[in-house]
Amino acid sequence: MEIDPFIFRLSIFILSIFIGYYVVWSVTPSLHTPLMSVTNAISSVIIVGAIIAALANQSEKIFETANIFGYLAIVLAAVNIFGGFLVTQRMLAMYKKKKKDKK
Amino acid sequence: MISANLLAVFYLISGVLFILALRGLSSPETSRQGNLYGIIGMALAIGVTIISAANFSTGFIYLIVFLLLGGSIGAFIAFKIPMTAMPELVAGFHSLVGLAAVFVAISAFLNPAVFNLGFPGNIKISSLIEMSLGAAIGAITFTGSIIAFLKLRGIMSGSPITFTGQHYLNLALGLILISLIFYLCKTQVDTWFWFIIAISFLVGVLLIIPIGGADMPVVISMLNSYSGWAAAGIGFTLENTALIITGALVGSSGAILSYIMCKGMNRSFFNVILGGWGATDQTSLNKSKDNKPVKNGNADDAAFLMKNASSVIIVPGYGMAVAQAQHALREMVDALKKNGVKVTYAIHPVAGRMPGHMNVLLAEANVAYDEVFELEEINNDFANCDVVYVIGANDVTNPAAKTDPKSPIYGMPILDVEKSKSVLFVKRSLSPGYAGIDNELFYRDNTLMLFADAKKMTEDILKNLD
Repeated sequence: MEIDPFIFRLSIFILSIFIGYYVVWSVTPSLHTPLMSVTNAISSVIIVGAIIAALANQSEKIFETANIFGYLAIVLAAVNIFGGFLVTQRMLAMYKKKKKDKK
Repeated sequence: MISANLLAVFYLISGVLFILALRGLSSPETSRQGNLYGIIGMALAIGVTIISAANFSTGFIYLIVFLLLGGSIGAFIAFKIPMTAMPELVAGFHSLVGLAAVFVAISAFLNPAVFNLGFPGNIKISSLIEMSLGAAIGAITFTGSIIAFLKLRGIMSGSPITFTGQHYLNLALGLILISLIFYLCKTQVDTWFWFIIAISFLVGVLLIIPIGGADMPVVISMLNSYSGWAAAGIGFTLENTALIITGALVGSSGAILSYIMCKGMNRSFFNVILGGWGATDQTSLNKSKDNKPVKNGNADDAAFLMKNASSVIIVPGYGMAVAQAQHALREMVDALKKNGVKVTYAIHPVAGRMPGHMNVLLAEANVAYDEVFELEEINNDFANCDVVYVIGANDVTNPAAKTDPKSPIYGMPILDVEKSKSVLFVKRSLSPGYAGIDNELFYRDNTLMLFADAKKMTEDILKNLD
């Protein structure tokens, strides 16, 4: 009997939830806003699905309906990827430690 | 061309890089490197996907054009957005992830062969379930985030919109969604699929409209979580490890943040989601409207008090963000420090409109993060503190949360502001906070009310400090 590949993916999924659980609890509360913007950026990795959808069946027609939805998804995800990572970068650059001033 | 196995390995590597990106956020020092890992992971995922598609024809050019189009819009927003607008930005971004998930699900449904899911009219049942779930959660995330965005932006009123039978309607729509997915799998008729998406759009709106403005930290965290689950659903459909890992990470991250926010308000998740706060105890609300004496002060008094204090704690809240007072506040603190006053900041978990909102604003104003403390870290210090400067916060300092079991905020962890020697409250008026309850702190002998715009008052105090 072979194991359904779905079970493997489910295992990855469940284990990732646990990783996420422990990793996120270790995030310092002062960085919760950057946490939200960076999770938003990485969830846009959904763009890989959009790219596959957009580039499918190119030989006959360039813009099949399925392709159009792929391209639209690329635009949306790209806004998020660039916007999300850059705004996170901008925020994180602001977090500074106290300068050692003489007392 | 890359073999399917090699591709999967690359996706796994990006997944790991994303984990490292979140791990980096455990401290500000490592966070910037973490963000870099995230960017590398994303570039890797996109790069190998394009190479594996091995299609460098016209479609490829369009792909680059659309990628750059979206990318430049995103970059433009990221550089232009003021830090005070961060909550609505994040809400807006969530809506995009949700809609992207819907679009990817639609193209997978229309052209399943590309993703090895079968053929139109004969798609694998498991894939159908996965893509309908991905599309449904994505659609809910989309419209829900739009509503959250409109509320945060002030385009839509922040007050809860409720009507009778609301919860039953939501329940009914939920059941309809489940049965539609069932029929879709049974009949493969595409009408059901469009219905699933349409109803999910509606559910997204209905879920968020009953939730009030100050509960937005929970809503944003929750939508963050949804966008993750939507990505994971699509990840299962596309059999893509990077998406599954990321979806799980983001989903659990948002869920944890929602939990932390609910705990900060001592409310259950369902209590927040089902909406409407402050509608509970109307009697105690009206009673407190009597004319109790309030000590009214001006900038001069406040400057005098703080200059002669040995330690001052600043308690910022949403009002500081609204007034954009963070820079003025930091200048005032600098002046105090020059006078030898020890100044620290105390931040309540639900201060502001999203998790960590106040921390970002203070960081923007060049406040060192090691002067900013969370509730548990600083709460014992209030007793030894001379002056507390409350700027734009209210409910999170209300002692009724500890003393009055009838109060709607009873049990909520609060900053023990009342233990300090004197309290300065910068507020525009005596109006109650979001919870609709009066704050007895206003009427205490050692409280001085400063009725003014937060920024204006802080600047005036600064002038009086010199």
